[in-house]
Amino acid sequence: MIPASFDYVRAKSLRDALNAIGTDGTKVLAGGHSLIPMMRFRLAQPGRLLDIGQLAELKGIDLKGRGARIGAGTSYRELLDSPELAERYPLIAEATRGIGDVQVRNRGTIGGGLAHADPASDMPAVMLALGATFNLRSKGGKRSVAAADFFTGAFTTALASDELLIDIALPAPPKKAGMAYASFEQKASGYAIAAAAAVVTKSRKTITGVTLALTGVGDRAYLADASGAVGSHGDDAALEAAVANVTKGIDVNGDIHASVEYRSHLARVVARRAIALALSRAG
Amino acid sequence: MKRSIALSVNGVSHSVEVEPRALLAQVLRDDLNLTGTHIGCDTSQCGACTIHLNGRATKSCTVLAVQAEGAEITTIEGLAKNGALHPLQNAFWEKHGLQCGFCTPGMIMSAADLLASNGSPSDEQIRHAIEGNLCRCTGYQNIVAAIKSAASA
Repeated sequence: MIPASFDYVRAKSLRDALNAIGTDGTKVLAGGHSLIPMMRFRLAQPGRLLDIGQLAELKGIDLKGRGARIGAGTSYRELLDSPELAERYPLIAEATRGIGDVQVRNRGTIGGGLAHADPASDMPAVMLALGATFNLRSKGGKRSVAAADFFTGAFTTALASDELLIDIALPAPPKKAGMAYASFEQKASGYAIAAAAAVVTKSRKTITGVTLALTGVGDRAYLADASGAVGSHGDDAALEAAVANVTKGIDVNGDIHASVEYRSHLARVVARRAIALALSRAG
Repeated sequence: MKRSIALSVNGVSHSVEVEPRALLAQVLRDDLNLTGTHIGCDTSQCGACTIHLNGRATKSCTVLAVQAEGAEITTIEGLAKNGALHPLQNAFWEKHGLQCGFCTPGMIMSAADLLASNGSPSDEQIRHAIEGNLCRCTGYQNIVAAIKSAASA
């Protein structure tokens, strides 16, 4: 199907983009691999597309220091093509390999996917688990929003209509942390029915820290409490207990792929798997 | 409203009049008569429309033609050089990597992207690389065999 008619503007610079954004009916187009399919189904009918896909200012991975800064326009392919990024944040590489397919990863961008905020997309959980901060800019100024405050609902974020996601700042990962991404996918679409990103630290055999984020479960990715695992050796019973309440307070989705009960169960399963795998990699 | 854009396809520059909503796959087929690029689904899933945009396998049904202005586009028609088939085209023929042939252009373009960065892929890497291409008749065994054969050609 063909999208409904719209006007198209290609930004030639970041300044150009910030001047053009925010007018009524304008939607930002980066790689387009979330937006264009929605427009083809006419689930989205923006009056005007502002194409930022060519802006070099938004691309690139900066690994100076012990953290990282990733340009919002960096494609998933470019993330995977950086062995240095994969070494520092193996969680990003592990999750990114499962996003869409090769063609989607060649075009889709990290910032575009995050701003799209599909409740079942992988990267929001990864960003939450890594404690990312999103740097936003508008014509009037700039501000930073923690990943934990960015996702406000299904396809909804803290971005104002005149703001652009510029880059993502990642803090240094905890020393010797193990990381893992575990996803239970809907086979045809590849989207997560439930998926978990975990960052685990240990001292000798004892777990000293767990950061766990879930996606696909509710209307947005969220940080879940798995602190019950701290102090244990990560045996099955301890992890089972630690993930028992990961959907507590969450309005769990029920749909044709998974009922509320089944998806809640899968949330616990992927949480346990991600923590166990991350623990096995910590040290 | 239509606008004039310049598209560089298989090394040739074309000027076409398109609406912003025109998908690259349609413009390649309908305006440039490059019908080797197939359209098999409406959901960005089947990969029959895969072309190269700046050397990277891309589903041309999920790119607006206006987005492709300034990029180097290669379609299946651009692979054969001086009348000689590309090694992947030969290998699909030799290894019976196609029956109806509908998915073949997309399969070959995805495989070409893989082989450009990995000259001797494993079966598993090949299968991962063609995850975005659906075949509904040949089955994947001979497609994988063809790509493997082309890699060593």
